[in-house]
Amino acid sequence: MRALVWHGKEDIRCDTVTDPEIEDGRDVIVKVTSCAICGSDLHLFHNFIPAMLPGDVLGHETMGEVVETGRNLNGKLKKGDRVVVPFTIVCGECDQCKRGYYSVCQKSNRKKHLADKVFGHTTAGLFGYSHLTGGYPGGQAEYLRVPFADTTVQKVPEGIPDEKLLFLSDIFPTGWQAAVQADIQPTDTVAIWGCGPVGQMTIRSAILLGAEQVVAIDNIPERLEMAEAGGAITINFDEENVVERLNELTGGEGPEKCIDCIGMESHVTLSMPDTVYDRTKQLLLAESDRPHVLREMIYVCRPGGLISIPGVYGGLVDKIPMGAAMNKGLTFRMGQTHVQRWTPDLLRRIEEEQIDPSFVITHEVPLDRGPEMYRTFRDKQDSCIKVVLKP
Amino acid sequence: MTNISSLTSLSNITRSEGDPKVLRSGPSSRGVPDSLAKGLGWFSLALGLTELLAPRSITRPLGMEGKEALVRVYGVREIGSGILSLSVDKNLGLWSRVAGDGIDIATVMTALRHDNPKRDNVVVALALLLGITAVDLIDAKAHSARHSRDVGRKRSYRNRSGFPRGVQASRGAARDFKTPDDLRHAPHLAKVSPRTSAA
Repeated sequence: MRALVWHGKEDIRCDTVTDPEIEDGRDVIVKVTSCAICGSDLHLFHNFIPAMLPGDVLGHETMGEVVETGRNLNGKLKKGDRVVVPFTIVCGECDQCKRGYYSVCQKSNRKKHLADKVFGHTTAGLFGYSHLTGGYPGGQAEYLRVPFADTTVQKVPEGIPDEKLLFLSDIFPTGWQAAVQADIQPTDTVAIWGCGPVGQMTIRSAILLGAEQVVAIDNIPERLEMAEAGGAITINFDEENVVERLNELTGGEGPEKCIDCIGMESHVTLSMPDTVYDRTKQLLLAESDRPHVLREMIYVCRPGGLISIPGVYGGLVDKIPMGAAMNKGLTFRMGQTHVQRWTPDLLRRIEEEQIDPSFVITHEVPLDRGPEMYRTFRDKQDSCIKVVLKP
Repeated sequence: MTNISSLTSLSNITRSEGDPKVLRSGPSSRGVPDSLAKGLGWFSLALGLTELLAPRSITRPLGMEGKEALVRVYGVREIGSGILSLSVDKNLGLWSRVAGDGIDIATVMTALRHDNPKRDNVVVALALLLGITAVDLIDAKAHSARHSRDVGRKRSYRNRSGFPRGVQASRGAARDFKTPDDLRHAPHLAKVSPRTSAA
């Protein structure tokens, strides 16, 4: 089959690889009908996530049709089922899964010893996201083997196009969880840093959950335009001072809820000297992540407020103003998304037409154009915001 | 399609039986300007380390004895350019190399004196420097053009709300959602402060 394969920094190729095979009774093989490139795939593209190996198949936003099943699926899946494959692989049996904390499933990471060493304790296995999270081949491919399939996948009905359902695999529940864990109240101002695909979904989620004011921060005009179309007030940080504008919009009090949809690769610019400092340290291997957004959120957030972090961080950050965070009594909530916790409810909201997540798709191309589209997406060329690939 | 690298073959030992393994490789997302930038980055690192650790190997053949400290400084600059050219900020690395070439040429020109017994070497060094400057300039321009945000169409997303019923009708449409107990935060102000509520 064909698959998008990581060969090194900025080196992704559409390779011919062997077909995946059933290994366990709870596995299924999915024939992929649609998959997407995620913003967090760019961290892999840039080689900022450790433990990638040449030959790793990428992709963690996938859907398709079950074409082969293991023998121990408890009657929950059969050939021909249409499924969305969440990026988190979950056993459904461990204490964390029972709590609904699926992204920290204790059993699904088959390279648990690596995660135990790096993180202290293992987290869930993820598709196509380094050997720290199991080294599972990803879904930017013609076929995907799904472990623990009976508890991992979300069955979806026929009659709704892939484009409306695909993002149940990651960015829609990620944006939703980012907003839900902020416990949005009707009087809240919610400030969202980053108007990439996750930021766009977070904006829509905050609107649906009834925030009084949603403010979106970025510097890419077309992304800000899409954010505005979704109901956000926008701040272009190339043109306005973010802290001053947020204070102005909140009567000098600061936003109650701040959401970081950027993560480890904050924009670097001379007008924000700390970003240059971070980039320099990163080049010298003295820091892995650039946490400018975290600093700004801690500074501007209203005392007693909450900081929600769906953006991916990979390692070590420097110069975090913990004094401000502690004295202001801020609450931090973060983590990979517990996708399976939210997908049934979000599927219903798509069916009821509360939201149509396909709004974010700007490019739809065949799988073999994937390598080129990684570059287009990274360089923000051709007004690219979200790429869907068709194997 | 090309054959796979030995590193890719080696990594197959970490994969389980049912995992896909690469048979043949397709074209890379890296273009010629990216690959050339990588080569120039390694060249910068090698040259920079030589300048930093063995400056006399540069100054002596050019008749520039006494300038070792300056060459060491250039070595640090060259290493910086190399690191940048190998990073995802290749543009900065490549243009810093072009600027560095200009400084190098100006410095070597000072040795082009009639009383310098190594004048012939200086001429050769200048020819090499001009050649590498041309390569750096071509690659910096090609890389900038390839990765510019201006490539492609400019599109408007003004009508992409994502809400089939429109934004206004969608505000609070998910109020039926009950925040799980483990994700609750501060209570709604109106519920705890009659004064604020009345206001």
